Amino acid sequence: MFMLEKAIVGGRRYRVWMLCLCGLILAGVLCYLRQLTQGLAITGMSRDVSWGLYIAQFTFFVGVAASAVMVVLPYYLHDYKAFGRITILGELLAVGAVTMCMLFVFVDMGQPTRVLNVLRYPTPWSLMFWDFISLGGYLFLNALISVIMLRAEREEVPPPKWIKPIVILSIPWAISIHTVTAFLYSGLPGHTFWMTAVLAPRFLASAFASGPALLILLCLVLRKVAGFDAGCEAIHKLGIIVTYAMVINVFLISVEFFTVFYSRIPEHLEHFRYVFLGLDGNYHLAPWMWLSLLLSVPALALLLVPAWRNSPRLLPLACVFVFVSLWLDKGLGLIVGGFTPSPFGAVTVYTPTWPEATIVAGVWAIGAFIITVFYKITLSVREAH
Amino acid sequence: MRITRKDFLRLSGLGLLGVAGRMAVRGVAKASASSAGSNATKRWGMVIDLQKCCRENGCDRCIKACNTAHNIPQFPDRAHEVKWVWNQPFETVFPLVQTDYARRAYAGQPIPVMCNHCASPPCVRVCPTQATWKREEDGIVMMDWHRCIGCRYCMAACPYGSRSFNWQDPRPAIAALNPDFPTRTKGVVEKCNFCEERLARGLGPACVEACQEKALIFGDFADSDSEPRRLLRSRFALQRKPELGTSPSIYYLV
Amino acid sequence: MGDRPQIIAGLLVFVGLFTFPFWHARASKTASAPPPIKLPVNEKQCVAPTSYMLTSHMELLGNWRNEVVRQDQRQFRALDGKVYEKSLTRTCMLECHKDKTEFCNRCHTYSGVPSCYCCDCHVEPQLIARRTP
Repeated sequence: MFMLEKAIVGGRRYRVWMLCLCGLILAGVLCYLRQLTQGLAITGMSRDVSWGLYIAQFTFFVGVAASAVMVVLPYYLHDYKAFGRITILGELLAVGAVTMCMLFVFVDMGQPTRVLNVLRYPTPWSLMFWDFISLGGYLFLNALISVIMLRAEREEVPPPKWIKPIVILSIPWAISIHTVTAFLYSGLPGHTFWMTAVLAPRFLASAFASGPALLILLCLVLRKVAGFDAGCEAIHKLGIIVTYAMVINVFLISVEFFTVFYSRIPEHLEHFRYVFLGLDGNYHLAPWMWLSLLLSVPALALLLVPAWRNSPRLLPLACVFVFVSLWLDKGLGLIVGGFTPSPFGAVTVYTPTWPEATIVAGVWAIGAFIITVFYKITLSVREAH
Repeated sequence: MRITRKDFLRLSGLGLLGVAGRMAVRGVAKASASSAGSNATKRWGMVIDLQKCCRENGCDRCIKACNTAHNIPQFPDRAHEVKWVWNQPFETVFPLVQTDYARRAYAGQPIPVMCNHCASPPCVRVCPTQATWKREEDGIVMMDWHRCIGCRYCMAACPYGSRSFNWQDPRPAIAALNPDFPTRTKGVVEKCNFCEERLARGLGPACVEACQEKALIFGDFADSDSEPRRLLRSRFALQRKPELGTSPSIYYLV
Repeated sequence: MGDRPQIIAGLLVFVGLFTFPFWHARASKTASAPPPIKLPVNEKQCVAPTSYMLTSHMELLGNWRNEVVRQDQRQFRALDGKVYEKSLTRTCMLECHKDKTEFCNRCHTYSGVPSCYCCDCHVEPQLIARRTP
């Protein structure tokens, strides 16, 4: 049913890639076992900065997962035929990304064996409960859609009629998973860095920039290693989507800067000051955040000029800039900046430890593994015709 | 008798629904029965008299009493420390009270801080398993260490930094084990519990009883005649970050 | 049809191997009886009848946990009317079952039930004795 046998055969490059991923996964698992015995003390998190790289990566990859809607919506709601070949790639990317999200939350838990307590004792007023439900539902939706669509392609029959409403459902659901994730932060009274109504729109904008950017890069990689052509029009349209989303994202960041720096309220200012300039001599985060800001300049330049956006050499560069810039912003700066300074004005430096980074790399490798397997199956099914 | 597959599935489904419905009704009945049995509502709270507190330099009797009573581990690494009651300089607790040229009455003075047992606690709002909840009978914000999954969402939600996480097994860092109270395990969040286990035995909180200056005054805020309420009528008091709407139960008399 | 003898022979061998622990222990008389557990010296009556405790002590402790922590109901009235405080350390262990290794662990190890992790947090009396210099 899942055509997994297609993922076992492959050329030399494929096998080497999978072997490397397995090695990374093994390293991550070993470090996680150590974390299970010794506790989360082996990470760089502390009483003041109690969330770190794990939750930051979860936040970032929820965005990547939600971005599947950017290919699904034009194709299924507006009949944009050019996306026909890549909707399945977007949905499979969502499956991989959501799996990574759930794994990141899992490895962050102090008592992971009790995680099902969230379902045993449902708490509708807690946003984390809803995040659990919405991520689980989104994973199920996209997995179901991908399997049904792929089987229909293999049998060379049109997909069953009942899948269409499910696909339509996945569109608002995608928006909801990232809104719920933003609400995790933007409803907390103690953290002025996150207490902004524009956090949810910002999350969505950065999701719709980083996700399609990653999808473009994946399509270009597939063209190189597997001879799969997504189609020039599809790539160009995705490029336009990334452009609009990146512009909106940079605009929303700018309006945040304005509110904070024009009002000069100390409680809001000090978080931005720490993140970009450092406080009390601690400026470890600042270079990364400046890099994130500065990368967005060439990214926007490359994207806004049509000749450069459509160039096969410059578009991948723009996508890399967008992805890295947004990863630094959301996958690093957002969480640490929210916790620093602490409620008592203290600055505690957060530096991920090597075991922590290995576990993160292991989860990335699991996501890459899942996506590789699914893409291999998809391309094998397509090649057979 | 011949039964078709469709009918069999339909009957099984209805049967399962019936069982589930009965369980749901039982669950709701049990929940409403337990909440209906609450008697007179208290609101435990504390008033800390800053004029009396820390008259003796370096006094930490309340902190030591709490640590002993509750098996609180002492970790040298500040990043992993676990603390229920501790001292903070006045300016870090009330950063917006004394500014510019105002009289700096308590400048640098360490004052005790702990969980505020808010009437509208953000930590309770965010907990996904109800491992922390507000007891309606007396307003104490409770912790259930059996249910906590260690997600640390409550730590992110608390505006006061009152909560600590067990980043590692706490037992090696506990000097003397007190059998009257369990230790906790790695991977759960903990905080001041207003000594609810002592209150159940008719005793006062450990910190209150240990203070030689009688600077910590514990009582029922719902009773207008209680000592904290009388003190609040006669003197000016501060709460921590009242603008956040959490309505803390700890007041500081200046 | 011609393979029937081999199939039946194979099945018999499989059933024999599968049930090895049962008939081998009985035949060689190495089947150990339940281990002797150290009973408390001063008290003869537990908080509930022994037959109930044998089968359901975990359920009782689970109920105590929920009732004490979540409902603040700390008194337990036994069947004989005696009132106990619901506490694993103070009622069960400090009063009667002082030695976890001689009482709890004996049966848990024999029956292969992973030793409950209650004592990861609830202090066992032995630990205090070992730690106090």
